Amino acid sequence: MKSFAPVAIAIVVLASLQVLTSGSQYFVYLSLLVGVNVVLAVSLNVINGMTGQFSIGHAGFMAVGAFSSALMSQTLNEYRLGFLPEAVEHQLFFVISLVVGGVLAGGFGFLVGLPSLRLRGDYLAIVTLGFGEIILVVVRNTPTLGGALGLSGTPQHTSFFMVWFTVFIVVLFARRLLASPHGRNLVAIREDEVAAEAMGVDTTSYKVRSFVVSSFFAGVAGGLFSHFQSIITPGDSFSFVKSMEIVVMIVAGGLGSTTGAVVAAVVLTLLPEAMRALFITIGGDNASLAQSIDQLRKPIFGVLLVVMMLTRPQGLFGTHEIWDLLKRKKGAAS
Amino acid sequence: MYEFIQHVINGLAAGTIYALVALGYTMVYGVLKLINFAHGDVMMLGVYVGYAVAFLLGREHLGTISGALLVFAVSLTACAAFGFFIERFAYRPLRDKPRLTSLITAIGISFALSYGFQLDLAVSVGGHSITLLPGAASRRFPAIITPTEWAVLGDNDVIIWNWQVISFVIALTLMGGLQYLVFRTRFGKAMRAVSHDHRVAGLLGIPVDTIIAGTFMLGSALAAGAGILYAIKDKSIQPLMGVMVGLKAFVAAVIGGIGNLPGAVVGALLLGLCEEFIVGYTASSWRDAVAFGFLIVVLLVRPEGLFGRAQAEKV
Repeated sequence: MKSFAPVAIAIVVLASLQVLTSGSQYFVYLSLLVGVNVVLAVSLNVINGMTGQFSIGHAGFMAVGAFSSALMSQTLNEYRLGFLPEAVEHQLFFVISLVVGGVLAGGFGFLVGLPSLRLRGDYLAIVTLGFGEIILVVVRNTPTLGGALGLSGTPQHTSFFMVWFTVFIVVLFARRLLASPHGRNLVAIREDEVAAEAMGVDTTSYKVRSFVVSSFFAGVAGGLFSHFQSIITPGDSFSFVKSMEIVVMIVAGGLGSTTGAVVAAVVLTLLPEAMRALFITIGGDNASLAQSIDQLRKPIFGVLLVVMMLTRPQGLFGTHEIWDLLKRKKGAAS
Repeated sequence: MYEFIQHVINGLAAGTIYALVALGYTMVYGVLKLINFAHGDVMMLGVYVGYAVAFLLGREHLGTISGALLVFAVSLTACAAFGFFIERFAYRPLRDKPRLTSLITAIGISFALSYGFQLDLAVSVGGHSITLLPGAASRRFPAIITPTEWAVLGDNDVIIWNWQVISFVIALTLMGGLQYLVFRTRFGKAMRAVSHDHRVAGLLGIPVDTIIAGTFMLGSALAAGAGILYAIKDKSIQPLMGVMVGLKAFVAAVIGGIGNLPGAVVGALLLGLCEEFIVGYTASSWRDAVAFGFLIVVLLVRPEGLFGRAQAEKV
């Protein structure tokens, strides 16, 4: 019963937030963007942070989820379930599409994870990068997925509640994973793969599992993303640049720290928006200035990575978590 | 038949440019065990330096041998200096940290360069406006080598351009030269020792820092040369051009067996031919998938590459 309490609380809190914020469209839009990035960062952290593998093709898995769930949603939208109210039916279809997108992305994660039987470190990184590029090329050449022009007409089902409930689930999952025997095996692989194997950890199986789980959540994030964008194109939002953005987030937050991933994802998503808003208030409605902020973002991310590695390679939080702090306090009190 | 021959020639020409970039990649990897993700962007930097030099030289010097040599020389020197700079300030402090740290740094440098060059920045000094950062728009690279037909087969069915021959000869010569450098000179011996184990090499009195910096400068200069040849072929240049070429050159180096110089050239030529045939006989939109598909197959079947030696893992 105790383990269900946080879920119940989260549902109530998120539902009331949903009602409270429904007036401000800009806020809701931003919160959706932030939420999707948080899910991506926390899920990538399972591979890169906990297992110590290095994937730089996370946007590829997101693309798989986005396109497949959008297609699924469009297909389902033609059917009616008479016995359910329309709103419930939409949400049901939405959840089905998300799960389909996630499962498909997880399947691709299995395929990409398999080479990690034989590849280590940087080779694996290149394979994941190659996978991300191949997915985009395939989408561009598939007319059913909209080709290079992109897929439009996906029902706009994503709501504040859905996104942040997914965030809640993925954070809870990451936290419980780390405390479980599975998570400890993953960390053992990160610390020393040979030693882990010698201690009886089935390293191959655990590496592949971490890939599958992580890409499942990336697929769900993609599904959430495609259901609030009027059009998804096989371009910038799923490219190498996007993958790198997610990597920057978890590196800045501290590889292996879920708290770090969440904080960095929130800050790095909001920062450019805040800077744009700031410049607009200072310089009036100056479109070129706001645009150059957008351009500046990417080189700054690059410099940030270098400076981060040189000065604080463990990131903002290292491998610490905010709940460790609470636990320590509790331990001191008793 | 003529179509086939033309595809072979175009494929080899594309392959030689990948080969020049791949040689730099494979050398740096051989010595540092680092995938220098920024290599393609160093190439882009070299192209822009060459562009600036050609622009300053003016129209009358274009197409002359001395003009072309000057463009190459300045661009190669600038890139070697830049290679030294990033090695000294970004990679050297991280040499004894986990390898992932340097990989992330390399990606950061690549990002900063390719997207930094997309910004527009010009300062005016004494009435002249000097462009510091070129902006995202693609520019036309001046013809520093006047394209002429070197050989024509049939009734204009197959055309071999002079720059194709020039880059092919340069790539083969460089491969031979580097092979000589690595296996027949003192510097090469030191390079191989550092590659084996840089700590022990240091203990034996080999100046590890100098060797690594030298390798980096050599690799970056190679990238610049390759970049200018690429710009002569493609004619249009833009700040993101290095990313894809760099990645494909890396793929070529891995196919040939990373750390192996002839392997890099063979892998690059194979990759160039594969791409050209896919593009020629199916659709050009599949071009970018070829390289990575090829890479994944090679890594699954023979992860040490065509010419590489499998290494047992030491504990």
